Amino acid sequence: MAIQKFKLPDIPSIAVQISTSLFLNGVRMSLSISLTINGDARTIVLEDPRVTLLDLLRERLQLTGTKKGCDRGQCGACTVLVDGRRINSCLTLAMTVDGAHVTTIEGLATGDELHPVQAAFLECDGLQCGYCTPGQIMSAVGLIAEGQAAGDPERVRELMSGNICRCGAYKGITEAVLVAIEKDATTSKERDAA
Amino acid sequence: MSLDHSSDTSARPTTRYGSNSGQALTRRDGLLKVTGQATYAADNHPAQLAYAVMVGATIARGHVTAMDVEAASRHPGVIEIFTPDSAPHFAHDPDEKMPPFGFRLELLQNHSVRYAGQPIALVVAETLEAATEGARLLKPAYETEEARTTLDNGVEFDPKAVGVGGPPSTSHGDLDAAFAASETIVEAEYSTPAQYHNAMEPHAVVAEWTDDHLTLDMPNQALAMSCASYARYFDIPVENVVIRSPFLGGGFGSKAILNGPQILAIAAARKLKRPVKLALTRAQMYGPVGHRGQTWQTLRMGLSGNGRLKAIHHRSISATSSFDDFLEPAANASLPLYAADALLAEHKGLRLDIGTPGPMRAPGEASGSAALEVAIDEAAEACGLDPLEFRLLNYAESEPGSGRPFSSKALRECYERGAEVFGWKQRPRAPRTMQDENGLLVGWGMGTAVFPCPMFPAQARTTVRADGSVLVETGGVDMGQGAWTALAQIAAEALGLEAHEIEFRSGVSTLPDAGVAGGSGHTASAGLALSKAGLNALAKLAEIAANDPASPLFGAGNIGVVPRGGRLVRRDDESRGERFADILIRAKQSEVTGEAKSMREPENAEKFAMYSHGAVFAEVKVDPDLGQIRTTRLVGAFAAGRVINPRLVRSQYYGGMIWGTSFALHEAAFIDHRTGRVMNADLAEYHVPVNADVPSLEAILVAEDDPYVNSIGVKGVGEIGITGTVGAIANAVWHATGMRVRNFPIHIEDILVL
Repeated sequence: MAIQKFKLPDIPSIAVQISTSLFLNGVRMSLSISLTINGDARTIVLEDPRVTLLDLLRERLQLTGTKKGCDRGQCGACTVLVDGRRINSCLTLAMTVDGAHVTTIEGLATGDELHPVQAAFLECDGLQCGYCTPGQIMSAVGLIAEGQAAGDPERVRELMSGNICRCGAYKGITEAVLVAIEKDATTSKERDAA
Repeated sequence: MSLDHSSDTSARPTTRYGSNSGQALTRRDGLLKVTGQATYAADNHPAQLAYAVMVGATIARGHVTAMDVEAASRHPGVIEIFTPDSAPHFAHDPDEKMPPFGFRLELLQNHSVRYAGQPIALVVAETLEAATEGARLLKPAYETEEARTTLDNGVEFDPKAVGVGGPPSTSHGDLDAAFAASETIVEAEYSTPAQYHNAMEPHAVVAEWTDDHLTLDMPNQALAMSCASYARYFDIPVENVVIRSPFLGGGFGSKAILNGPQILAIAAARKLKRPVKLALTRAQMYGPVGHRGQTWQTLRMGLSGNGRLKAIHHRSISATSSFDDFLEPAANASLPLYAADALLAEHKGLRLDIGTPGPMRAPGEASGSAALEVAIDEAAEACGLDPLEFRLLNYAESEPGSGRPFSSKALRECYERGAEVFGWKQRPRAPRTMQDENGLLVGWGMGTAVFPCPMFPAQARTTVRADGSVLVETGGVDMGQGAWTALAQIAAEALGLEAHEIEFRSGVSTLPDAGVAGGSGHTASAGLALSKAGLNALAKLAEIAANDPASPLFGAGNIGVVPRGGRLVRRDDESRGERFADILIRAKQSEVTGEAKSMREPENAEKFAMYSHGAVFAEVKVDPDLGQIRTTRLVGAFAAGRVINPRLVRSQYYGGMIWGTSFALHEAAFIDHRTGRVMNADLAEYHVPVNADVPSLEAILVAEDDPYVNSIGVKGVGEIGITGTVGAIANAVWHATGMRVRNFPIHIEDILVL
């Protein structure tokens, strides 16, 4: 059976159409999902129901900032935000995020201005090889939004423990998250005062 | 917690010329890394890309008797299946070693299986999903033989070499006489487990052929050496191979030497005339891509009545595969550190049905230090001495055995500073005497860190152009240690420029060979080449100017010139000089190029013993009811020559100390001896430290000026942090509980009988 090639989309594109189909056990599969990725609304025709959100991002949409470290939900390198909540994109079938808002590392900075968490990771040297970094940063953004950690280093360490860093940049990571939490609190106060 | 880096900046001289090493610059590649734009191998998507999935053996010893190639081929999207019956041809026999460091590989050359996880097939398909399913459908059948994976059923042998070509036995002094003269003898056995590198980035390659030219996107710690090896496997000229490795998602030694799976993917790309991407799964990284081999060590120490070491006899049985040799040179850890009249380090090999081990961050040093530092603690205990006092009593003023002077050794300062910051003076001698407010047992332990300072041949090129720009090039590798930043600082310093004023190119094999990023020697090796290349370029400029009557530097040849902010100026009068660019413009030259190779001065290499040193202090807390152990505090003080970038150097020490924590308390591969398979081949059950496992780390940078190690004074910092830390934590566990655990990692079950 002939398989059509994927048409690889330009980045960033508004609507992605991957028009291809696949027979699975003799049944033709073709699934269409709509979702917003980093603010862009996209409609995606999935040729294969087995595609995870991670592989959709990396292999079909060329959003390769999100990393695959284990493909089993054990390392956190693939962490993205789905409707504001941090999740392991490797454990999430792409089909299941129909209608969702997905934020990846590529969607965090505003133009040339880094997100405060990104800036803090850079300044605190919360990274070495950089491979777990997108997941760490997305996890930190989610964590701050959850408002669970306050400014407590012990809680930050605990709540960031779903993201493994083999290089051992944990000290800088914890410092970066605390700096970003503090900055977030200051910004909120300024906003409330205004 | 403090974010104040003022201690970094205080080391800066008041007047700086150029980038000056010593500045805590942030990473040059940091911006790309925090925005997701850093491109790792598997992020590449050339047009027409096909996906490969490796199939690993599920037995440890025997033969593959059948595979359902037909079922796999029928799966929609599957393009090609490679098995021993349809194996690609290679110009180099994979059962022959590839010098200088190449191992024997499994490239489907036959149906035999010699370890679990060995590649037995490769499935290529249009999508990753199709290739994965195709691989599953192969369902190999085997004829299985008994797996030999234990000390009892492995085959012991006398190795020809340990580590990378090191002698299996090293002896100094008369051991028998030294033991005979000893009043106390302390002897114990230790073991260290198989450990897997587990870089966060799984091994990956995107291979693309254009006729007989091969382009590889892959994480690679040794660009030039790998190009030469791939060229031999595929029978093409070495200049036809280009490896692009701008970012590595961790290496730790596992990405320095060729592995089988990537070669199969390259062969598939050649046959299919399409680019092929292969990324190993996490589980597949527990087999064909190396690991730290198991050791069983014995340490015997002879002591005089006043606590002086008379003799150290360190033996290691080091595991390797049934078909190739890489033996942890663990016993050698006892050679460079403590003064003893006689020393003997000996190794035996043990053949097991496992993948061949390889170098993993501090190969030999880590395993050997783990045993040695606990043994030293036991010796101190036997002599009734404080562990620090005992170490100072046996401090080696010159290299034990050889008697050579150290090129520099600020270990005494490391002990002092570390002990002071940690509060070691308050430590009660007796174990199990400290408790915290929650009733947890508290223990304090220490260990000495030591690591050699190897240098590898490296090359670099510096081009100064008439338009005022400067280009420096070396095929270096940044795997997280910060090479791009530190090397650029060194290169800029040689030119009297700021790091941001030079264009720095690295990470691709077409650049001058920067050698291997390993052995903690990359910054010293590539850095020295960059420094010299810069000086050579300036020397050419100086020659032009000194011979040009129109130059303010005319005739300055004998006096000499120095670079200052993009200008060459007279050494004796810095007001007289001119811009690099003006020298070239007047000489009608578009550029000058300086090239250099790095090498340690042979005379110094001969004359001096060269090591980095450190002292690590650990606090652990142990739950007396549950046996749970946590490292609550780690303080390390390290002296490793000149510090190029304190921010990055601290991060290397932290990383090393976390690896030490992992070695002491967490990581181990467990083999099911019935099947020979690793039972915990994933990141949930193979425990590496998470953030909550390392609550408090401190790294103290002890100043050390070393004019002999190389002209830039740089030693190495990448691996030393593991050594010392393992022992410090194990000794702290003893101090907390009174239980001496000699098998790593120390787990709850080892101390449950409290």
